[in-house]
Amino acid sequence: MAAEREPPPLGDGKPTDFEELEDGEDLFTSTVSTLESSPSSPDPASFLAEDISTNSNGPKPAEVALDDDREDLFAEATEEVSLDSPEREPILSSEPSPAVTPVTPTTLIAPRIESKSMSAPVIFDRSRDEIEEEANGDVFDIEIGVSDPEKVGDGMNAYMAYRVTTKTSLSMFNKSEFSVKRRFSDFLGLHSKLASKYLHVGYIVPPAPEKSIVGMTKVKVGKEDSSSTEFVEKRRAALERYLQRTVKHPTLLQDPDLRQFLESSELPRAVNTQALSGAGILRMVNKAADAVNKMTIKMNESDAWFEEKQQQFENLDQQLRKLHASVEALVCHRKELSANTAAFAKSAAMLGNSEDHTALSRALSQLAEVEEKIDQLHQEQAFADFYMFSELLSDYIRLIAAVKGVFDHRVKCWQKWEDAQITLLKKRETEAKMMVANKPDKIQQAKNEIREEIEEWEAKVQQGERDFEQISKTIRKEVGRFEKERVKDFKTVIIKYLESLVQTQQQLIKYWEAFLPEAKAIA
Amino acid sequence: MSFLLFDNMRNLSGFTIPSLKMKTMQVTFEYLAIFKKTVAMHEVFLCRVAAHPILRKDLNFHVFLEYNQDLSVRGKNKKEKLEDFFKNMVKSADGVIVSGVKDVDDFFEHERTFLLEYHNRVKDASAKSDRMTRSHKSAADDYNRIGSSLYALGTQDSTDICKFFLKVSELFDKTRKIEARVSADEDLKLSDLLKYYLRESQAAKDLLYRRSRSLVDYENANKALDKARAKNKDVLQAETSQQLCCQKFEKISESAKQELIDFKTRRVAAFRKNLVELAELELKHAKGNLQLLQNCLAVLNGDT
Repeated sequence: MAAEREPPPLGDGKPTDFEELEDGEDLFTSTVSTLESSPSSPDPASFLAEDISTNSNGPKPAEVALDDDREDLFAEATEEVSLDSPEREPILSSEPSPAVTPVTPTTLIAPRIESKSMSAPVIFDRSRDEIEEEANGDVFDIEIGVSDPEKVGDGMNAYMAYRVTTKTSLSMFNKSEFSVKRRFSDFLGLHSKLASKYLHVGYIVPPAPEKSIVGMTKVKVGKEDSSSTEFVEKRRAALERYLQRTVKHPTLLQDPDLRQFLESSELPRAVNTQALSGAGILRMVNKAADAVNKMTIKMNESDAWFEEKQQQFENLDQQLRKLHASVEALVCHRKELSANTAAFAKSAAMLGNSEDHTALSRALSQLAEVEEKIDQLHQEQAFADFYMFSELLSDYIRLIAAVKGVFDHRVKCWQKWEDAQITLLKKRETEAKMMVANKPDKIQQAKNEIREEIEEWEAKVQQGERDFEQISKTIRKEVGRFEKERVKDFKTVIIKYLESLVQTQQQLIKYWEAFLPEAKAIA
Repeated sequence: MSFLLFDNMRNLSGFTIPSLKMKTMQVTFEYLAIFKKTVAMHEVFLCRVAAHPILRKDLNFHVFLEYNQDLSVRGKNKKEKLEDFFKNMVKSADGVIVSGVKDVDDFFEHERTFLLEYHNRVKDASAKSDRMTRSHKSAADDYNRIGSSLYALGTQDSTDICKFFLKVSELFDKTRKIEARVSADEDLKLSDLLKYYLRESQAAKDLLYRRSRSLVDYENANKALDKARAKNKDVLQAETSQQLCCQKFEKISESAKQELIDFKTRRVAAFRKNLVELAELELKHAKGNLQLLQNCLAVLNGDT
């Protein structure tokens, strides 16, 4: 197998050397020009081929919904695509971005210094393992909070800004405590960047929260009712969980885009997250191409581990969806119960008023009070049901979609390797035919050409094999990490949820114990 | 007693055949709950009849209590049902006319105002209590499904979280039973109580109506007598008729007064009994739930 090389998180997560770096830029701009010249129907196959080796906005799992903070879409379509390149340059060019250096187990991550060099990755590899061991020992000292949603602007251009607060002792950050204002599309932009860098090499990038036109429109329009406040709270909590999951990932934590997101007060607008932008359309096309491809690729799986794991994740997905449906039903019924209890409380109070026996009348009023308090209790429990249990499940359903995506990337990688091998074979056949043919004047030039091509494709085959082995290795590690996280997450959250149930019962006991003497006092 | 038996059987069999047992138990439990309810309602009814000074002497009642073979009571045939329907129509139409008459007697006037309002509010409370009880039951049913899903997750998971899921699944099964009992007990002690007094207050209203009818008859008889005296025709007949009406009215007023006073006493006693029992049961279930949860948490925290 080729020498182990982890993708250096220096701004692009590609497991390649510098040549491909330039390649990436070129490919990207060529994509841009293709889009601008033929906006109607780009050939899916060619896009797919480019996608595999490009740093473009790769297809993301489950994220095609219409935009929530949209502006004048079509007018800016071409503009946005070109905006992309300058935005990407700081990352692709590698100069200013701080590199990550080899680390000892005691200090976590030291900033800057070493420039990129070919030797660095090898040393770096070891230190990455060390970092991960640290992670498993829970020494990741970084806390993220998302709070204070506030509406900025008016009408259809309004948006919610959230405060993102980071508390950390990691030395890679400038300060130990800092906060910035971010809007929803900023989060989407962050995810988009991380996904395009890390997904296709096998890293499980946590998915961002979902867009919601209905929810956002209500907020924009200025409806100050409970459903829009609930929506904002749901989103705030989801954004917080998203960031917390992202920073827990040792590789992603070192990404400069993530650092920029958390630290810098000004962030370039992530315009390519809009669904109908040029990049958005590209995304949709890629997704369609992927779907077609999935049906046609037949991979010779030599490693049973991958098949097994995929099956397991498929089962887990189904089970989680079922459980999620039941929990959602519980949330709904609990809210109903709360409303019905409140209605009953009022009715009991009225009954108490018309009851002409004084002691009974009083007891009925007390009953009404108890039921009112219990209604509050049910409401709080419904929140716990939702924010702890239900959201945990929906987060994991989307995470598993990301996991499945990573497995799919591996298949694509295999396909690329396979294709290279086939092309190489064809070139060799052509060469062989040329040897036998009888055209002396053309033959030398043609022979040279084909020799060159064969060498080129031999290199590609080797690269394809290396890439495939690399992604397989990364996925194995990622899945291991993911499973550990999953177990920890579920245990923590479910225990917290059970504790909320305990609290509810304790309160119920208090209320009924207070009521009992009142009932007995009826004479 | 049968609950305990099932519980023990369940513990012995462990996790092996839960689903069939759960289904059977669920059905059994619901049947028992409904049975409990029906028995309670019949018991209250019979006690009422037995306590009533006049009704207790009724021959039909005695036959009902003593005849040790099948009674073969035939249901109302179509004709009788139709009669009932028309009687109700007439009653409501009459009721409108009769209720317009203001009563000279303070006691009855007060009772009438009281009953009208009380009846409506009991009706409302009964309906709301029903809805509340049903929501409780829906939530309990959800716990059941959650328990099953967690069980499936626990048996299929490849990591060490499977034990965890199985334990939580067990918790949901047990807590679900308690929640279902809370719902059933609320139904029995609160909803049924209110339903019962809905019917009782309706019966009291009917009684007042009958008395008012009799009062109207009495007043009409008086008017007829005056007319007869004026015309000097059929005076004796009119006098007897008037006397009869008077007697009827006074008799019904007396018994109505007693009934209404009894109604209040019984109502207060029934509410007291049921509210106390309701509070006690709610406490018992909440404590049971709490212990279940705390035990489960102790095991889960101990494991991790």
